[in-house]
Amino acid sequence: MSRRAKHPFVFTGCVELRQALDHRATDERELLERLEEVPAGSVFYHTHGYFLRHRPITTAYGNDFAAWVAAHLRDQVLAERLAVVNPFEFATLEDLREELASVIHDHLMRLSSVPRVELGEVFFFQQSHIVEVALGPGAETLAEFRAGLAAVDASAIYMHMVEARARLGRRAGDFAEWIRLSLEMPELADKIERIDTYMTNLEKVRARVLTLVDSALEGSAA
Amino acid sequence: MNGVEDYRRVAPPGVIDIIMTLSERVRGRRLLHLSGGRFGGGPAEILQTLVPIMSDLGIDAVWEITGGDPAFYATSTTLEAALRGPERVLTDEALDHFVEMNRVNAKKLSLEADLVLVHDVQPATLVSQRPAGGRWVWRCHFDCSRPQRRAWSFLRPFVNQYDAAIFSLPAFARRLGVPKYIIHPSIDPLSEKNRDLSPREIATILGTLGIAQDKPFLLQVGAFNGADDPLGVVNAYRLVKKHYDVRLVLAGTAGVDPESPSVLDELRDAAHRDPDIFVRELPPDAHLQINALQRAATIVLQKSVRAAFGLGAAEAMWKGKPVIGGFVGGLAHQIVYDVTGYTVHSVEGAAFRLRHLLNNRELIARMGAAGREHVRRSFLITRHLVDYMALLIHLAS
Repeated sequence: MSRRAKHPFVFTGCVELRQALDHRATDERELLERLEEVPAGSVFYHTHGYFLRHRPITTAYGNDFAAWVAAHLRDQVLAERLAVVNPFEFATLEDLREELASVIHDHLMRLSSVPRVELGEVFFFQQSHIVEVALGPGAETLAEFRAGLAAVDASAIYMHMVEARARLGRRAGDFAEWIRLSLEMPELADKIERIDTYMTNLEKVRARVLTLVDSALEGSAA
Repeated sequence: MNGVEDYRRVAPPGVIDIIMTLSERVRGRRLLHLSGGRFGGGPAEILQTLVPIMSDLGIDAVWEITGGDPAFYATSTTLEAALRGPERVLTDEALDHFVEMNRVNAKKLSLEADLVLVHDVQPATLVSQRPAGGRWVWRCHFDCSRPQRRAWSFLRPFVNQYDAAIFSLPAFARRLGVPKYIIHPSIDPLSEKNRDLSPREIATILGTLGIAQDKPFLLQVGAFNGADDPLGVVNAYRLVKKHYDVRLVLAGTAGVDPESPSVLDELRDAAHRDPDIFVRELPPDAHLQINALQRAATIVLQKSVRAAFGLGAAEAMWKGKPVIGGFVGGLAHQIVYDVTGYTVHSVEGAAFRLRHLLNNRELIARMGAAGREHVRRSFLITRHLVDYMALLIHLAS
């Protein structure tokens, strides 16, 4: 495969600067109330941003709200219901916020007492500022893209597959977009776009993209 | 003195490249650290490592300290203690003198910089003398979420003159009129306290401490006071000792805590009655001894009942040890429950988890390995460096 891109792909990693907000929750009702009033960036931080911070060694809950409810309130039912909310299915953060709030509200309606923190930790709402970091020389061919993807810091996978889609409005993700437009390989682009980035980790997403790219490279060589 | 390239073999893959790229964006900028001293606890240790690395990267990194008369230091100590929570006596005269001494400090120091990071209490009021230009950030290394009211009323107007504040955890912060960033502290993997040691070095150091390596040992490194609960550790050990032939080593400093002498007396009495309990009072600079003890231990405890962020758990995990810690301060953020160790709420909880690990030896190695990787990603000085450079870039943008 020696097709040259019209524009090189520049891998961009990121550093997440965390900012604490003056919003906290000690029980599920407060979680609902604060969730409804925090900036949209905080909803993003606690849902999509979870994937940047989440490491494969820890138990996956999909977002910070579900993880807190499970670990500190010991309410497995709400944890399960929050965990299954896939943030990537929502067009806007307000839609995502509404869904999360609706799940908590519905759950509270069924309870006789509101679970609150006893021995655990209060939930502190946060948001983040992303500092982008361009990494290495640009890739101009699929082979160069493959080599760069295999070596790049995991934060670049987050930037191009999560941040680009959810916060920067590039719904297909940067990898698929570049492969479709610059390399003119729509089939491979479609496959990469369909990768489910929910309930996994960045290394597994990297591995799936690499597998698809390897297949395309082998196919073109045959 | 280590340069950034020395960390490539211990940092996560790709991080040094991110550091190098970020450094190109901040090269030549002046970053001034202001603190109350160059020696002592964690913040000074971190700066001793960070500042030379920043210089190595081409940042004009400078570390200055404030000074004054005995009354200034006394008020600084009292003020910080009061901000941590306990009642202290703070007079108007003492606080006025404290502010005045920092006015004198401001005249002596060159405060021009792109970013000024003011660490903790002693230099905090310097912000009222800040020159035009540059960003000022207050870096609070301790938990000031429940301060004595008078102390906070004094300090808050100064903190609100900064452009931002940094806390180690959201739980450590107070409501402020400026943005509050969260940056965890870190350990230096190449320092005397954390560098690799050969089995021979470990054996030699343990020999000098009088601790044989012929049976597993449990270790707690910490102050001999109620906050770190060494007596609770002894009680947990006794519950374990009924079933397992292990030793307990308690290493630490007595410090100036008024309750330390009585705690130490009780510990020595316990050691006198049980030849498998070892109490070792170490000087504050016993970094190599602590390193060797942590590397030789089977399981490390940090059973604090009150704690700041405290990096003891991270240090032990870096040496591949599972850690059983109290559910307080930063311990719950360092220990990943059931993955790198356990957080517990009681003596019985600590004993139960000790027995659980001693009865499932394969978990000790597995958790130890997971802990080391967790620390590699989250608590090394390289991550701290990245955070500070990102802050510099963010505040300048």
